[in-house]
Amino acid sequence: MKLTGAQALIKSLELEGTEVVFGLPGGAILPVYDPLIDSSIRHILVRHEQGAGHMAEGYAHATGRPGVAMVTSGPAATNIVTPLCDAYMDSIPLVVITGQVPYSVIGTDAFQECDTVGITMPVTKHNWLITDPADIPEIVREAFHVATTGRPGPVLIDIPKDVAIESMDWYWPDSVDLPGYKPTNKVSTKLIKDAARLMSTAKKPVIYAGGGILKARAAEALRELAEMTGIPVVTTLMARGAFPDRHDLCLGMPGMHGNYTAITALQEADLLIALGSRFDDRVTGKVDAFAPNAKIIHVDIDPAEIGKVRRPDVPIVGDCRRVIEELVKAVRSDLEKRHWPDLIPWWSEIRTWQRDFPLYYEQEEDGPLKPQFVIEKLRDLSPDDTIVASGVGQHQMWASQHWKFDYPYTWVNSGGLGTMGFSVPAAIGAKVGRPDRTVWSIDGDGCFQMTAQELVTASAEQIPIKVAILNNAYLGMVRQWQEMFYEERYSEVYLSPDLPDYVKWAEAMGCIAFRVDSPEDVAPTIEKANAITDRPVVIDFRTDYREKVFPMVPAGASNSDVLPGPTPNGGK
Amino acid sequence: MEQHHHILSVLVENKAGVLSRVAGLFTRRGYNIFSLAVSPTEDVRYSRMTVVVDGDSSPIEQVTKQLNKLIPVIEIRELAASDAVERELLIATVKASAEERSHLIDLVSIFDGQVIDVGVASVTVMVAGTPDGLDAVADLLAPYGISELQRTGRVALPRLIRGSRPLKAVKSSDQ
Ligand SMILES: Cc1ncc(C[n+]2csc(CCOP(=O)(O)OP(=O)(O)O)c2C)c(N)n1
Ligand SMILES: [Mg+2]
Repeated sequence: MKLTGAQALIKSLELEGTEVVFGLPGGAILPVYDPLIDSSIRHILVRHEQGAGHMAEGYAHATGRPGVAMVTSGPAATNIVTPLCDAYMDSIPLVVITGQVPYSVIGTDAFQECDTVGITMPVTKHNWLITDPADIPEIVREAFHVATTGRPGPVLIDIPKDVAIESMDWYWPDSVDLPGYKPTNKVSTKLIKDAARLMSTAKKPVIYAGGGILKARAAEALRELAEMTGIPVVTTLMARGAFPDRHDLCLGMPGMHGNYTAITALQEADLLIALGSRFDDRVTGKVDAFAPNAKIIHVDIDPAEIGKVRRPDVPIVGDCRRVIEELVKAVRSDLEKRHWPDLIPWWSEIRTWQRDFPLYYEQEEDGPLKPQFVIEKLRDLSPDDTIVASGVGQHQMWASQHWKFDYPYTWVNSGGLGTMGFSVPAAIGAKVGRPDRTVWSIDGDGCFQMTAQELVTASAEQIPIKVAILNNAYLGMVRQWQEMFYEERYSEVYLSPDLPDYVKWAEAMGCIAFRVDSPEDVAPTIEKANAITDRPVVIDFRTDYREKVFPMVPAGASNSDVLPGPTPNGGK
Repeated sequence: MEQHHHILSVLVENKAGVLSRVAGLFTRRGYNIFSLAVSPTEDVRYSRMTVVVDGDSSPIEQVTKQLNKLIPVIEIRELAASDAVERELLIATVKASAEERSHLIDLVSIFDGQVIDVGVASVTVMVAGTPDGLDAVADLLAPYGISELQRTGRVALPRLIRGSRPLKAVKSSDQ
């Protein structure tokens, strides 16, 4: 069977199980958009290519399947670099297809030519420039394989216009042959035993769970391990939902804006069981001072993460789920043989911290609206399995702190890159992947302005997401740093609460919109919003600009010097 | 340099862009390379890169692991200097008047070198040797006046073991 390169590409995407592509056409990718008309694949036409990338990420976050985006050459390709980098940092499986000028004119500075493969090399797990239409099925198979196996990540396929037009003899390879790509899949029994042995003697162990748990679909295995041992669990920003927040053993989020107990438990631990986490600087604070007395068991699918920041006592390269399942077996048999140390003294220390330093804020009845109050109301009035997609800034930290994530894949955020503008398109992608769920975007006023135009996409495509703008009229997180570390010298952080008029703007984009200024209007408005299911909704919450995120570990400081912030009774 | 350098012998797929992937990785992660030589191998599907890395500024274990993550990288062998045979080629154009010429030729032949081109007032010489040896050659040529000098960067292969000492090989899965 003869197919054009473009037909072969679309057919290959179908065979890889692609149900939706986020994208926007243009000159170089035109030939590929033609067979798309006849395909079963749903295409979602975005308003900016960055939106396509973040939607694909949101889709991947929520479903675990690779997100697919397709854009043209030159400026469209550069517009999608930010989502690629974001996905690279957070190990999100993406397959991005970019058009390219005809192969015959590459290198001549042709119209809308740019070196897409060169530009995206450092932000993709791998990328391909197709030079022959006969390679298309093979490269698409390789691309999906690389994106979704081992440590997942984004990949990019650059397809020149002439390659898309030329014809090829169709085939579908039954396997991929990448001699240099062999993700680890054997787990060393000896190391599992070593790990179980360390766990069996620890008096102050903590499970430090990272995003790898979610990537490996290991939440259940993690729960079994924790319950069997009674070891407390912290979930990093990338792992929120990997262990239920309402579980007794859950200490919540550690790190720069983690809660006091999670931070301090890591710091005081004698054993850290790091599962799919990478000792990110936002978690460790000053690395030399991090968990000074702890031995380390480090499990990661990526060998390069092991020993990158902190040298572990037991290094285990492998898929988190398989490793944890093996650990569960080893622990079970060890528990039968031996008496493990009593963790009651450790737990009583932990309970004291929890009692003395809970997350805390005060909402006065007629005072300005507190962002934490808004988030708690959203949480309490929305279904338990609501998916939350956040932007980057104070609102992100409050959302992570105050939401109760009891289900995996309900928290969609930009962790490693911290990309403002992530929330709205990521929420759209998540809703496309999980139409059965309520999806709330919790966004900042600054972030919202970066990608809000995708609400036009949401209206046009009938993707009924909900957006809560925590409008504090400031680039709040930057303002907080200027207040605390730059002697309250505020430089270029004021945005205005009224410019733009968020309600009018949202309405112009086809959404239903509300404005809330006072605490008593919060709950009724959220209820109204939750009842709307046929179009996107936006609520402009006017929140107190003075509110700061606490606890806080100042940049470069030791986690032992965490500033707990206000406490109900002034702490201890 | 000689104390702290590490030689990585990297077998890669012989495909467009592989060199820039490797070079880009070094730039992005802040690793320093002393030299890099790329050559075809006995098998046309592969090329071999011999990368000499500064072990002081670049954590060699990380360098190896990060390189291993590149899809076209098939295998990496880390060769300790003592486990490897290394050679490098130097060519230099040196001022040589008629009187000096025979001295210069004697000097070069001590190092098993050759004169490969002759001009009116200068000659171009070629010497192959160990990197240390070539440092010495360059020093000895300097007084004559070097107008141009180029070195290839080293190539290396593991020393053949006649006893049973295993090679120190690093592969991504050997954690
Ligand atoms: C694309 C991008 N530009 C700049 C920053 C730096 N930055 C981090 S948080 C922040 C402020 C975000 O403001 P807003 O969305 O209003 O959130 P808030 O902190 O007020 O809740 C800025 C500018 C960033 N993370 N991403
Ligand atoms: Mg703000």
